[in-house]
Amino acid sequence: MGQVRTTTLPRPAAHSPLAWLRANLFSNRANALTTLVIVYLLWQAVPPFINWAFLDAVWQTADPKVCRALRGEGACWAFVTEKHRFILFGTYPFEQHWRPALASAILIALWAVSALRVFWKGWLAPVWAGGLAAIGFLMWGGVFGLPYVENERWGGLILTLLLATFGIALAFPLSILLALARRSTMPVLQGLAIGFIELVRGVPLISLLFMASVMLPLFLPSGVTIDKLLRAQIALILFAAAYLAEVVRGGLQAIPAGQYEAADSLGLSYWKKTLLVILPQALRIAIPPLVNSFIGFFKDTSLVLIIGLFDLLSTIKVSLTEPAWSGFGVEAYLFASIVYFAFCYAMSSYSQNLERQLARAEEGKRR
Amino acid sequence: MKSAAMIEMRKVNKWFGDFHALKDIDVTVDRGEKYVVCGPSGSGKSTMIRLVNRLEAHQSGQVIVDGIELGDDLRKIEAIRREVGMVFQSFNLFPHLTVLENLTLAPVWVRNLPRAEAEELALHLLERVRIPEQARKYPGQLSGGQQQRVAIARALCMRPKIMLFDEPTSALDPEMIKEVLDVMIELAEEGMTMIVVTHEMGFARTVADRVLFMDQGEIVESGPPGEFFSSPKTDRARLFLSQILGH
Repeated sequence: MGQVRTTTLPRPAAHSPLAWLRANLFSNRANALTTLVIVYLLWQAVPPFINWAFLDAVWQTADPKVCRALRGEGACWAFVTEKHRFILFGTYPFEQHWRPALASAILIALWAVSALRVFWKGWLAPVWAGGLAAIGFLMWGGVFGLPYVENERWGGLILTLLLATFGIALAFPLSILLALARRSTMPVLQGLAIGFIELVRGVPLISLLFMASVMLPLFLPSGVTIDKLLRAQIALILFAAAYLAEVVRGGLQAIPAGQYEAADSLGLSYWKKTLLVILPQALRIAIPPLVNSFIGFFKDTSLVLIIGLFDLLSTIKVSLTEPAWSGFGVEAYLFASIVYFAFCYAMSSYSQNLERQLARAEEGKRR
Repeated sequence: MKSAAMIEMRKVNKWFGDFHALKDIDVTVDRGEKYVVCGPSGSGKSTMIRLVNRLEAHQSGQVIVDGIELGDDLRKIEAIRREVGMVFQSFNLFPHLTVLENLTLAPVWVRNLPRAEAEELALHLLERVRIPEQARKYPGQLSGGQQQRVAIARALCMRPKIMLFDEPTSALDPEMIKEVLDVMIELAEEGMTMIVVTHEMGFARTVADRVLFMDQGEIVESGPPGEFFSSPKTDRARLFLSQILGH
């Protein structure tokens, strides 16, 4: 096979850089023109950006006047360094910031451990339970001499991470149940699933959050209050579940009828068939769109700022309202982008890695 | 005296919407008997054997398997499915599990067999279908003939009393048909009760106690293979035989 290919496909004769350039960037007139235009645009954009972001930037100063003196010629990263405590931890008591910092680290470590396939063992569940309990202790306090901090004051990175973690961790199983219900032969179950999915999917997340924060308390009996953070979390979970359910359903529909029949003919009950045969295959097919939804959802958590929760993006917005430091929005939002990008890119490259591993395991060498 | 019948169908009818797929089917298969079902495509052969483990539900008449009448009762259906193995035209192995895991899945999760015991049983059966060396591979790494033999071993792992074969060699390349038929012939010689939908007339002659010829949802003819092949009673059967044997 390989030999046939090399004779039929034109190939650059030499591997010199010049030959490579000619073959890939200047193979014909249109190609050459495109290359030149792109090079020109890069030359126009990249050096000024490097000057602004690195060479002329102010990295550290307590005095906003130093930044103002730059007149936009250089970036004022000092804003981020100066405000990083508030951006990362929000209104959490200043001298207690080590607690959300440690909690964030624990949460990130839990995700990192769960990502490795060698750790996919039974003890992962108790590790998560223990980790989340530790995070709860740290954040609330009130025991072991830690002062109590009500969750009204939680904010910054840990809030974003907690909303996303609980959102995904609870929405995902719920979405599987919804997808199974939607494909159920029982009309009532199917109707409920369709109703829920279409209703939640049909409204913007913002209106769900508003409903959760403003309307829900009106319907609750007097004396019963649900915490604002919890209400937002529930709204996020329901929203994510509705979207993920359709992704999971897509995966389920890709499984051939023969798989169901083979499992049935072996005498497997509905749940055993679903858990052992159908879902492992369906979810594997659904990895790319699932991760797509997870990433979207991670960023959607930033919408809680409209109901007054201080997630990472809200703390940045609030920092910018201080008159002395106003006007450094570009730097502030670039910083937010970098943080969000780091988490989203980690998810994305992990999913690609996982797909490759699973494909290698199943397809073997013969293909 | 307990009847020897393993499978009894009495006046069974089935419709798919308006389409009358099975018409007044009457079949009795005794313990250890081998039935071969043939007929043109769309004649209801597959539908008929799929009634036996209720992959299809009949709408009237009775289907009694191993003394249990099949109805809507899920527990009865699952009880029957534990005793009835099925092999499909398209193998339907579980692609995300290794060969060994395909075989041990049902014994472990349905029969509650300890894993070590299930693996021992699985390896023994892989030996019988002559592919013990493939145990750790995934189905996608095997040839069609090997996959179908794994599928047979998977069904046998449940120690079934009845085996159903739904065109087991139709999706195979010619050179692989024999390796699958050999395994099926061995199984027949050991006394398994079998219903086989197939056009492999050589196989029918070798192992069948009876050949059922179906057309348009009816059992048109039924008899020992020698009789059926040498002197078919109906024109429809004669036409069918001339088509499949005529070249």
